Amino acid sequence: MNTEKGMKSIWYFVGLIMFIIGIIVFAAGVYDLLNPTAKNIRLAELHTNIWWGALIAVVGSIYILKNKNKFAGE
Amino acid sequence: MTSIPLGFFDWIIMLVYFAFIAWIGFYLKKFTKSDDDFFLAGRRNSMWVCGIAFMSANMGSMEVIGYAGQSVKYGLYAAHFYLIGAVPAMLFLGVFMMPFYYHSRIKSIPGYLKARFNESVRVFNAGMFVVNMILVSGIALYLQALIFHTFLGWNWDLSIWLSAIFVALYVTLSGLLSAMFTEIVQFFLIWAGILILPILGLADIGGPAEISANLSQGFKTLWSTSGSPADNPMYVTWGGLVLGLGFAIAFGYWTTDFLIIQRAFSARDLRSARMTPIIGSYFKLLLGAVVVSTGMIALVLINDQSSGFNLLIENGKTNYDSVLPLLMQRYFTPGLIGVGVTSMVSMFMAGMAGNMSSFNAVWTYDIYHSIINKNASPQKLLHVGRIATVAGIILSVVGAYIARSMPTVIDYLQAISSMFLSPSVAIIILGMFWKFITPKGGLWGMLCGTIIAVALFIAQEIKLIPVGFVIPGFSGADSQSYMAANFWRAVWAWLISMGTAVSVSFFTKNKTDEELRGYVKGLVDKNEKAVDKAAWNKKPEFWAAVTLVIFIIINILLW
Repeated sequence: MNTEKGMKSIWYFVGLIMFIIGIIVFAAGVYDLLNPTAKNIRLAELHTNIWWGALIAVVGSIYILKNKNKFAGE
Repeated sequence: MTSIPLGFFDWIIMLVYFAFIAWIGFYLKKFTKSDDDFFLAGRRNSMWVCGIAFMSANMGSMEVIGYAGQSVKYGLYAAHFYLIGAVPAMLFLGVFMMPFYYHSRIKSIPGYLKARFNESVRVFNAGMFVVNMILVSGIALYLQALIFHTFLGWNWDLSIWLSAIFVALYVTLSGLLSAMFTEIVQFFLIWAGILILPILGLADIGGPAEISANLSQGFKTLWSTSGSPADNPMYVTWGGLVLGLGFAIAFGYWTTDFLIIQRAFSARDLRSARMTPIIGSYFKLLLGAVVVSTGMIALVLINDQSSGFNLLIENGKTNYDSVLPLLMQRYFTPGLIGVGVTSMVSMFMAGMAGNMSSFNAVWTYDIYHSIINKNASPQKLLHVGRIATVAGIILSVVGAYIARSMPTVIDYLQAISSMFLSPSVAIIILGMFWKFITPKGGLWGMLCGTIIAVALFIAQEIKLIPVGFVIPGFSGADSQSYMAANFWRAVWAWLISMGTAVSVSFFTKNKTDEELRGYVKGLVDKNEKAVDKAAWNKKPEFWAAVTLVIFIIINILLW
């Protein structure tokens, strides 16, 4: 996106939302691990929320770090 | 059917998502000052921004939730919507058609038709596009409400209006700029929500080999059972797939539907514009792999009585659109459910924002500015664009109630495409590659193709003719042939449009070569002749060839 100087790069926003959501999913997974409740979910033993949440957060953090000082069009 | 249990973390994810999207709308408002900003997002975007926004506009609820359901209904035949029904047309747009669109500096597809033919063709095409967009947006709104209502237990009417108001808010604030911005954010969220699903599904059923072992030939191949309609679950032949889906419908959608092409128009240069659909084609192939494999995993689970998995049954009818949410319910743990629901909401938002940003551009430039107020200032157009967005969304709510009354939304969607997009593609491609076609030829071709396609559809719906009437040599039951009828209706509309355009052109006055310069192949201007000096591995032709090779390999492997 490059409409006017001063506008943050779109990739920074992508990183931000991915990082925040990844951290929340990861936290949900850790909470679920520490406070297991009876649920009828297949493959729950894989704790997908922990590793998938971590993966989303890592992808998000890479986008943030690579674009934190960049503006649109750079 | 019980609703998906949303926990604390899931609600937090949804709240973060909604707050983030609303904040982006307000953040971008200060950068939206001119009509070019509002309708073309400044026209200075990179190929990656355009390519991802292009694909995201296509990743609406119908393309993901709807086609996952179609994969249960039709098996691997649903993959044709992502292969022959997408890739060749996307590559053709990028390699051959984009230079004409981009260099003519038009703001919409009807704008091209005015330049190539005349004002009448432009207004007729704009009118068809506006009707098409309202009906398609109605389907998207209906699907979103269905998800909220069925899986979250929300009130049907409330969820449809809430969804409509939210889209109106952020598209009205900054038009295509915020639509594209949020589409890119949503693109990543959609993948975060759906990419994990086939991975878990395959782990559950025991690997890809189980799909092959548990399904019949007609459900697990692309072409080997297309010789006879009775041999495959779609009841279609290879001729219907290639001519109807692959040409008339796919080219109509991918090369002339302003909804997606508008993203390419916002590119900073011609190479970026040409790369836009080519980048999109890679994501389209990946999306097809994820969506179709998810549907086929569900098919294996349904066939296995011990799995305990079944689709939603409503009023005695199977709801195929319930596949994706039900698989999320089966596999997703807390937090992931939030991502899954957010992903489905994102599909809707991205699709609707795309619909509305293209609707307001066509309404404002090709109807309001062309007929109602020819002297409107750029500021006035910006204002009209914002009002059009709100009006379009209110009309889409009406469209949602129409969609709700239809038996299946994907059949309905393809029926709409066959009526409104197929005649357009016939005339645009003829006009772009053959200077012989006159303005009156273009108008009458588009008019006749549309009228006959609409008449055939209405006659079918009120039972004047059987569904199989338009399908050559079809002798099956009506209930089996809806999709095949859509494909063939599109073929007839296309042939009638072309035939009429050529016939009328013999007897009517054409424009001069000078007037057609830059809009027809063979009458190129100096810009079009400019040589792309980029290295071979940066040229659109190279990346289009790579996609084509992948496309051919997939078709051979899954023959």
